[in-house]
Amino acid sequence: MGEDPSSSQMSEDDDRSPPLDPISSNKARNCSGSGCPSSSSSSSTDYIIPYPDQVLENVLENVLCFLTARQDRNAASLVCKSWYRAEALTRSELFIGNCYAVSPRRATDRFSRVRAVSIKGKPRFADFNLMPAHWGAHFGPWVSAMAKAYPWLEKVYLKRMSVTDDDLALLAESFPGFKELVLVCCDGFGTSGLAVVASKCRQLRVLDLIESEVIDDDVDWICCFPESQTCLESLMFDCVECHVNFEALERLVIRSPSLKKLRLNRYVSIGQLHHLMVRAPQLTHLGTGSFSSSEGNAQGDQELDCVSAFAACKSIVCLSGFKEIFVDQLPAIYPVCANLTNLNFSYANISAEQLKPVIRNCHKLQTFWVLDSVCDEGLKAVAATCKELRELRVFPVDPREDIEGPVSEIGFQAISEGCRKLQSILYFCQRMTNEAVKAMSRNCPDLVVFRLCIMGRHRPDHVTGESMDEGFGAIVMNCKKLTRLAVSGLLTDQAFSYIGQYGKLVRTLSVAFAGDSDMALQYVLEGCPKLQKLEIRDSPFGDSALRSGLHHYYNMRFLWMSSCLLTRQGCRDIARALPRLVVEVIKSDQQQVETGEYVDILYMYRSLDGQRDDIPKFVDIL
Amino acid sequence: MSPENEQQSPAGLNYDETKLTLGLPGSGSKRGFSETTVVGLNLGSSCSSSTTVDDEVKTHRPPAKAQVVGWPPVRGSRRNLMTSCKYVKVAVDGAPYLRKMDLETCKSYQQLLGALEDLFSFLTIRNDTNERKLMDLANGVEYVPTYEDRDGDWMLVGDVPWNMFVESCKRLRLMKSSEAIGLAPRTPSKCTSSS
Repeated sequence: MGEDPSSSQMSEDDDRSPPLDPISSNKARNCSGSGCPSSSSSSSTDYIIPYPDQVLENVLENVLCFLTARQDRNAASLVCKSWYRAEALTRSELFIGNCYAVSPRRATDRFSRVRAVSIKGKPRFADFNLMPAHWGAHFGPWVSAMAKAYPWLEKVYLKRMSVTDDDLALLAESFPGFKELVLVCCDGFGTSGLAVVASKCRQLRVLDLIESEVIDDDVDWICCFPESQTCLESLMFDCVECHVNFEALERLVIRSPSLKKLRLNRYVSIGQLHHLMVRAPQLTHLGTGSFSSSEGNAQGDQELDCVSAFAACKSIVCLSGFKEIFVDQLPAIYPVCANLTNLNFSYANISAEQLKPVIRNCHKLQTFWVLDSVCDEGLKAVAATCKELRELRVFPVDPREDIEGPVSEIGFQAISEGCRKLQSILYFCQRMTNEAVKAMSRNCPDLVVFRLCIMGRHRPDHVTGESMDEGFGAIVMNCKKLTRLAVSGLLTDQAFSYIGQYGKLVRTLSVAFAGDSDMALQYVLEGCPKLQKLEIRDSPFGDSALRSGLHHYYNMRFLWMSSCLLTRQGCRDIARALPRLVVEVIKSDQQQVETGEYVDILYMYRSLDGQRDDIPKFVDIL
Repeated sequence: MSPENEQQSPAGLNYDETKLTLGLPGSGSKRGFSETTVVGLNLGSSCSSSTTVDDEVKTHRPPAKAQVVGWPPVRGSRRNLMTSCKYVKVAVDGAPYLRKMDLETCKSYQQLLGALEDLFSFLTIRNDTNERKLMDLANGVEYVPTYEDRDGDWMLVGDVPWNMFVESCKRLRLMKSSEAIGLAPRTPSKCTSSS
């Protein structure tokens, strides 16, 4: 789960390798060229310097064909000039972690035979309205460059990019062999764009729209797929908030014999779901749509049919949807529970009592997303059954501060005791204790992702009244594989001292309303060598803290700091010290003319191509 | 919580500071974080006055608490789950179709009747005192709203407090008055068991 970017829909953290250091890639170019004596790692045992062509051939045949991971390829490209060239010619999957770190031109110039591209745009805090609209991350320049450079492009994966209908049209027209389009957290396009992709991409196997905002242009895009049999294997449109033509959808499913993954939106009723399931019993991944009836339909024997429809779909391993659930329909899914590895109930407002009969059958469950409406009691039921659980996400039904929450340290600790193989947790709650967090650090040593969101700002340990320093300290100390951490609650500089001391593998850190002084940030910047993505909001960190990271910023993908104590001058000092860093100062309130003492948002990232040319008015690059 | 706290916002704030704004709180030199405080709401004794909250807070932060953009960090698509999450099926005796309605859109039994009237155009609210009934004026048939609760029992609508009703209602049925005689309107034991 989550290893192939195009299949990581449920797990958002799919970064595995540090990005290429721009300084090192310069060194590669200076290396003297062919027949490097240093390439003694190649198989030749004689001492005659081989011809460049022979070296290239050996490399291509013996080494590079086995290298798929980009970090391995990055390393290979640094050996010498000919390895660099050979690697560039044979890289077929291109990963751009920050769309502004490199220009489309530079990327397409270096890698000429790319078949699959992944591009990430806006920083994650943009999901929570912290980034003003129209900041950037446009797909346009990329698709234009690729249209010329990669006629054989097959796959595009975009995350947090602005994509227009014109971009999609260009994509659909430019790549005759195009197979897979995955848009995660994207916006700027509508059903017209989808229609063009559906009609022109005749080899399309995957069209996945995940958490993206799609404009309703009143275009019946489902009707636009070709009338003949399609190659579709995956069609996910659960985030599309527009009606779909059901008859067209049903016909599409009928003529898509390879369809394995289907995620419907909430405009598909349970009766319609039943029809589709009967047509596609081979499905492995199903998003159930609304899971309730539309207004005028008779129910009668529909319930019975749904149970048999689920029983007939013997291959379902991943179930989601339930966007407007009729809870008394829930028993229909019992036949598939025993085989489920992924279950997403995060849109279903169900109680513990309603969850229990489902979850007690889900012995193979590895990924579970749920709302806190199931309460601590529901989580205990999960802990009792789901011994294979690797990833848990508990979302709040009511995401406000200062209310009584239905889940707490009780459910949290129960999970830690029952689900020992846990690797990833995201937990929203109103109260927590250090003891429960420490328990999890001991019970779940395999944790890679630990994200705890105590929703009340600066909330201390609910029982002792102390800060949450010790709990988070225990996590970084005991969970030796931890790469992603999000902290919350009342935290002093001590917590960050722990992170700097023990968080040696931490790559992504998310901080909000925490810390007492600059020392906190300094501990992290000095102590965490693998840190790549740091997002901080509303914390008392100032210019001197920022300076303490100068040695490290070129190794990072980005730093985001909003509502902190950074001055413009402090940011300018960084920009001057590190010329390859793009230092963006962003005004969060576009109407505001005069700036206060502190910068609203600092967003900085390394770039090989200097500042971007599409800066909106509210952004200054220092 | 004591009655006086129910009228004012937590920790006795003035409303300006809790007003929602688009920008980050505290424009200019004031920063949002400096306006936040440890929330004392769930510590029972601290609710009595704002000064008590100050004393309880182990840091130096002032007591003001403004709404903050993007916190808690929940994406927009997940934010409106409180609304439209209580769909129930509604059946009318004698009609071959079922409808569904969202109980969350109503705040009282009177509103529920109004919604039922909208849902089934042939029905009108009958203005009897104390009785909740709907009538088909065309043929004079009277319907009484009933519901199935969590225990699977069929109850007359209107006997329990509204919120309790929303919590426990699984489905609605508009039963003909003539057939609803068997349903006991108020038995004390039933009321307590459905809480």
